[in-house]
Amino acid sequence: METNLPFSGRRKLLRAGFSLSALGLLGGCDLTDNDPVQKVLKSVSRWNDQVQAAIFNPNALAPEFAESQAVRDFRYNAWYGADLAPKLSASDYRLAVAGLASNKKPWTVEELYALPQVSQITRHVCVEGWSMIGKWSGTPLREFLTRIGADTTAKYVGFECADGYYESLDMPTAMHPQTLMAFRLSDQILPNKYGYPFKIRVPTKLGFKNPKFVTTIFVSNQQPRGFWTDRGYNWFSGI
Amino acid sequence: MSTHQPALEEQKHALPVRLSHWAMAFAMVVMIGSGWRIYDSEPVFEFLHFPYWMTLGGDVFVNLARNNDPGVAAALLWHFAGMWLLAVAWMVFMFWGLVTGHFRRDFLPVGPKSFIRDFIAAATFKLQHKLGEYNAVQRVAYWVALGATALMLISGIAIWKPVQTYPLETFFGGFQGARLVHFLGMSVIVGFMVIHVALVILVPKTFVAMVLGRATAVPHGAATTKTESV
Repeated sequence: METNLPFSGRRKLLRAGFSLSALGLLGGCDLTDNDPVQKVLKSVSRWNDQVQAAIFNPNALAPEFAESQAVRDFRYNAWYGADLAPKLSASDYRLAVAGLASNKKPWTVEELYALPQVSQITRHVCVEGWSMIGKWSGTPLREFLTRIGADTTAKYVGFECADGYYESLDMPTAMHPQTLMAFRLSDQILPNKYGYPFKIRVPTKLGFKNPKFVTTIFVSNQQPRGFWTDRGYNWFSGI
Repeated sequence: MSTHQPALEEQKHALPVRLSHWAMAFAMVVMIGSGWRIYDSEPVFEFLHFPYWMTLGGDVFVNLARNNDPGVAAALLWHFAGMWLLAVAWMVFMFWGLVTGHFRRDFLPVGPKSFIRDFIAAATFKLQHKLGEYNAVQRVAYWVALGATALMLISGIAIWKPVQTYPLETFFGGFQGARLVHFLGMSVIVGFMVIHVALVILVPKTFVAMVLGRATAVPHGAATTKTESV
């Protein structure tokens, strides 16, 4: 069944008359793992990860904007509707710590919200092309990583989320001063649909590298997966 | 029978020119096809969507069923692989053209006067094509295409890395401004490609020269001279 689908798609393309895909040279553009063209494209994507890591300047700050430029009604974005977003309660919620960290004590919402906080007005850039400026407040992730005794010489920080999402960051980005555990959006406690009790806000990455409803933070030397990376998107996705 | 053979018109293309030309042509098809798929996920203009069969990134419905994604992931893979080919090919073409004097000899001089003259001649179908020699309209078109490609590379970098290259995007009026410039540059290049391919179809020997490196043609009017003298 799976192997038949691309061929029926192909016929559809040919029937359409003119198609870039039908030029032959570009044939086999489906994301099938056994396709040699896809293999080449994926290895270029992994090479692009390295290029982007080299380009990334840990001291360069993402531009910050004026309070008046921050959008108050922020765009909701997920692969499910806002009404299906997880509803986590402060009494039951615990943030788990795993991997290369010395203090794996779980954290309550109260403990998290008592951490020292900063605010930033930065721009969220979606891989689709839209962008939106918002005001986020929370604890720099590097502050939290220090408190859990994370091995910051490790390569990656991974996240697991209550909605089944999962993401990961390279350590230099996780340690970037503007990478936050964001507890507030527009000065309000993060509304449920935006990821209560917190989301990871990374103004140096595309939007999908900003996981919401985080329930586990782990430190690893093995590159963790990413929800959209597993679906073909570039892993590093720095901006 | 006493007529002397008129000198043949000749067009020659050095191997680096041919290689970088075809690499740019292939890369442009990849970049435009995948760019249209990416564009469709967040159109710059509400009224303009590219039909998916014109875009690159695989079957939309297969991708949706498999990955909950309309092939934008695949289009981005194409786009961020194609950009390297386009950038390298463009640099080789520019380097060769500037260093060997190919641009100076064949794309210059060009000015508004000769452009207007040749444009009017072309529009009234009076412009004679001489193989191996570019008229002013062609020269302008090649500079525009090469310049638009440079603009695509720079605006593309501003969109790919708006934070790392900040304040590059402000040159285009911000991130969304860079997207608009990237769209307009694409439109110019698509326009160039349509005209370019149409003219090659009218004078197929230019295609032969760009593939094999050399083509010749009997000059216009030569045939008539011959007939008269027979």
